[in-house]
Parts: sequence; structure tokens; C-alpha cells
Amino acid sequence: MSLLSVESLSKTFQTPSGPVHALRDVSLSVERGECLAVVGESGSGKTTLANMILGILAATSGTIRFDGRELPVRRGPEHRRAIQLVQQNPLSSLNPKRSIGASVRLGLDTYGIGARSERWARVEAALEEVGLPGEMRRRGPSGLSGGQRQRVGIARALACDPELLVLDEPTSALDVLVQARVLRLLNELRAEKRLTYVFITHDLAVVRNVADRVAVFKSGELVETGETARIFTAPEHPYTRSLIGAVPVVDEDELQLRNTLAGEQ
Amino acid sequence: MTRALRIIASNPMSLAGLLLVLLIVAAAIFAPWVAPFPTHNTAVIDFAYANQGPSARNWMGTDLVGRDIFSRILYAYRISLGLGIVVLIIAAPVGTVVGLLAGYLGGWTESVLMRLVDVFLSIPPLVLAIAVLGVLEPTLTNAMIAVTVMWWPWYARLVYSIARSEREEGYVLAAEVIGAPTAHIAFREVLPNCLPAIITKMTLDMGFVIIIASSLSFLGLGVQPPTPDLGSMVAEGARYLPDSWWMTVFPGLAILLAVFGFNLLGDGLREVLGVDE
Repeated sequence: MSLLSVESLSKTFQTPSGPVHALRDVSLSVERGECLAVVGESGSGKTTLANMILGILAATSGTIRFDGRELPVRRGPEHRRAIQLVQQNPLSSLNPKRSIGASVRLGLDTYGIGARSERWARVEAALEEVGLPGEMRRRGPSGLSGGQRQRVGIARALACDPELLVLDEPTSALDVLVQARVLRLLNELRAEKRLTYVFITHDLAVVRNVADRVAVFKSGELVETGETARIFTAPEHPYTRSLIGAVPVVDEDELQLRNTLAGEQ
Repeated sequence: MTRALRIIASNPMSLAGLLLVLLIVAAAIFAPWVAPFPTHNTAVIDFAYANQGPSARNWMGTDLVGRDIFSRILYAYRISLGLGIVVLIIAAPVGTVVGLLAGYLGGWTESVLMRLVDVFLSIPPLVLAIAVLGVLEPTLTNAMIAVTVMWWPWYARLVYSIARSEREEGYVLAAEVIGAPTAHIAFREVLPNCLPAIITKMTLDMGFVIIIASSLSFLGLGVQPPTPDLGSMVAEGARYLPDSWWMTVFPGLAILLAVFGFNLLGDGLREVLGVDE
């Protein structure tokens, strides 16, 4: 049985200029331990899907099942705990007025994980798991780099002991080198803790690094899903082909072509 | 704390504000020991010295019944500061809670609370205070109530606008995804980000509350004689201008100094706390 399955999910926003169909009849499933990349340009409905999985947005129609049971929007702490989020922007995802330890601890207090007296120890362990020193918990986020903040964001999600992580462009705000380190960390954590990822991104290079399967979204519709290797080698849908075609691939021939073009200008 | 003092001290205007405020607060606290005539805050009469200009005995002259104006100003600061503190200690938290709930919860809560705030803000403050005092007896306590009633909506609006923009921040989303209680998100996550602006506004407002309270007692609606109050002293003296100018000018200057001091300090704090204008 799939850990997460989404069945004919739709979301329509009513706006003054008429209804906007953010998501149209989307069905997909994610197996336990799998990493599903959700790909598409902005406005394709990726974030709407994520918000509905996280229970902060109600679907217009359709159902979401987690571990076989239907997930309502107003869900109990047990279901909330199991599905956690890592956000895109590490600058705003941590409260500037609270210590990073307090931010990581929030889930522990909300779900009542561990005895009160040992929660700080759990917070430190969560920070160490993502490669940060445990004593860093006393610091505020202002002195931390983007990569460190994103690690704190991951630690905050992991501290809740989740089964599924929704990663909303977790590396797009980071520079390339830091991006690679965070991706490696995410891959290690998934293997170590048997986590399941829904990895939202528009960066196909990232997809190749982390995803087992890919779901391609366009204007609120799921146009294609498949194994990562298959999507890259034999994309079926024209939109998928155009996405992959837009990835800069640099090999000898292409370099030569680019140089020629540059010379002509 | 030392960092804050350094920033304030680096700006001569803020430093002047801090020193003025400290001076006024000290004057208010130590009035009974500092005042040359500590009994003149009551209905004392000393016609031998009535209506005299500034002299070595009475630095700021005397009033119609011979009381030392300097001593009375020191005592009047006690009333003004006390009133300002009480008003703000009630108005700021009330307005903060209203603004925070409206700004963070949105929807119906926002519509109802902010329309209520708009109703209060649409009435000119002094008119509202006069109306309240028209219904109630003009006493010090009722003056405080009147000023508080007109003051809290400003805090509601300030906090509302900050909370509304903080609501869009990622840390609020993170807490919502975790499912933290609404009270936790509003008061532990969002409120700390509103505090610098609230504290700055409270400092600035001390000056304005003193002006409004003085205006009310100038109109005879605030503190009643013989208790010394800056506003009623100005009102009393105004009848004897320009001959007995000291009766008006010195209490007026006292109001000016207090307002000026709190404003300068407030501007300095704004810088220290990094509040956007």
C-alpha cells in the first residue's frame, strides 16, 4: 500500500476575476521510502498540492489518503506529526525573535514528544543530525548562513519524527555549493530514517540527484509521471520534453556550438 | 542593554531626550525632597508672597495665593507621568491584543475588530475624551479612563498592520503546519516581532498623553484644584497674561520639556530597536 495517495484532487480558487483552477483532477501515489519529485513552472499547482497534503488548504474535491486512511484538512496531531514541511526560503522560515532551539522544539511541545525534561536534549540531537553543533540551539537565526538556516529547518521537521517530508524547493534559495551539501544531507537522512519525500522543485538537475520518480505538472494538471531515468531519457509528453530541453547540458559538441554562435555575434 | 545605551548616546538628540526624561522622572519621584516648598501642592495660602515674579526665593514666581510655582510643577509631573503610565499600561495591551487577533486571524475577526477600531479612530480624540468626561465626573481617575478609551485603538491599528505582514512569514507557516495552538502563534511567535514598534510607540505616546491630559485639565475636565496639574496651571495663569506671565510660561515650558524629551527618546529607541517608520 502506498504511504500517500492522492485521488482526483481538485482545487478551485474563487477570485474577483472568476474562478482559478489551481489543481485539476490530480491522482498520484508515493510509496514508503520513495522520493517523488513534483516538477513544473510557477503557477503549475505544485505548492497548492503541497499545502493540501500538509492540511493547511482544503481541497475543492478529491481525497488524500495517508497510510490507507483518509486525511481531512482538520486533522489530529498524530497525522500532523507524520507529515512535515521544509520551506523554500530559509530567511523567513525561522522566527528572528526566537532561538533556533525554540523553533525546533515547537513540534516536540505541540505533539508531546518525549518528557519535558529531555526535550532540549532531543532538540540538540536533531541539530546534530543535520550537521550543526547542538549548543547552537541558544542562538538566534540572524547570525546563521542560508545553508545553516536550511539545516535548522530540516532539523525542525525531523524533530517531529515524521514519515513524510514535503520539501518545497528546499535548495533553490541556496548557492550551488551549499545546495549540493544540503541535497547530500537529505539523501542520507532519507536512507537512514526510511523517510518518504515529496520534493517540489523546478530544477531538473536537482531532480536527477534525489528523485526516484517524477510527476510533471502544467497549469494545475498532472501531465506525466514516471521513473526518473525514464522521464529523462524518454519523456512522453511534449511539455516534459520541452522542460528537459530547457536544461543546460554542456558537452563537447554543445560547447563548440555555443562558441561558434558567440563568434558570429 | 549596553549596546542600546551606546546607540542612544551616539546621537546627541536621543541622548538629550534620555537625559530630559531621566530628569523629569527624577523630579517627579523626588518632588517632596527636592521642592523648596513641599507643602505647596495643597490648598496652602500665603498672601504675603502672592502673585510675585521669579526671585531667589521663588525661582518661577508664585501664583495668586502665594504658592511656589516651581514646587507645584514638580508635583504636577507626578500627576502627568502617573497618568501617562496608567493610560499606556492599559491602552497598549488592550490595543495589542485586539490588533494581534485581527491581524493574525483575519476573516470575520478582522472585519469586526477593525471596524470597531475605525469607529473609535473616526472621532477626534479630544472630543471623545470630552464626551466621556461629560458623562462621568471630571476627576483624575475619569480623565485616565477617558484618555485610555481614545488611546487603545492606535495600538490596535499599529499591531494589526505588523501582524498582517508577519502572518505571511515562513515561520508562521511552519508553526501552522506543525499545528501549534493559535494562542502560541499569535502571542509567542508574532507578538515578539511587534514589540519593538509597541515599545517605541509607548515612549513617544508618553509625551502625547501628557499633552492630552493637560489639555483636558486646561478645559477644567481633568485634575481638580488644589492638586497641581500642568494644564490647569496654564489655564489659571492665562487669565493674568501678560502681566503675571510666569504663571503660564513656566508650566507651559514644563509640558513642552516633557513632550520634547519623550519624543527624542522615542526616536532614539526606534533606531535602537530597528523599527521601520
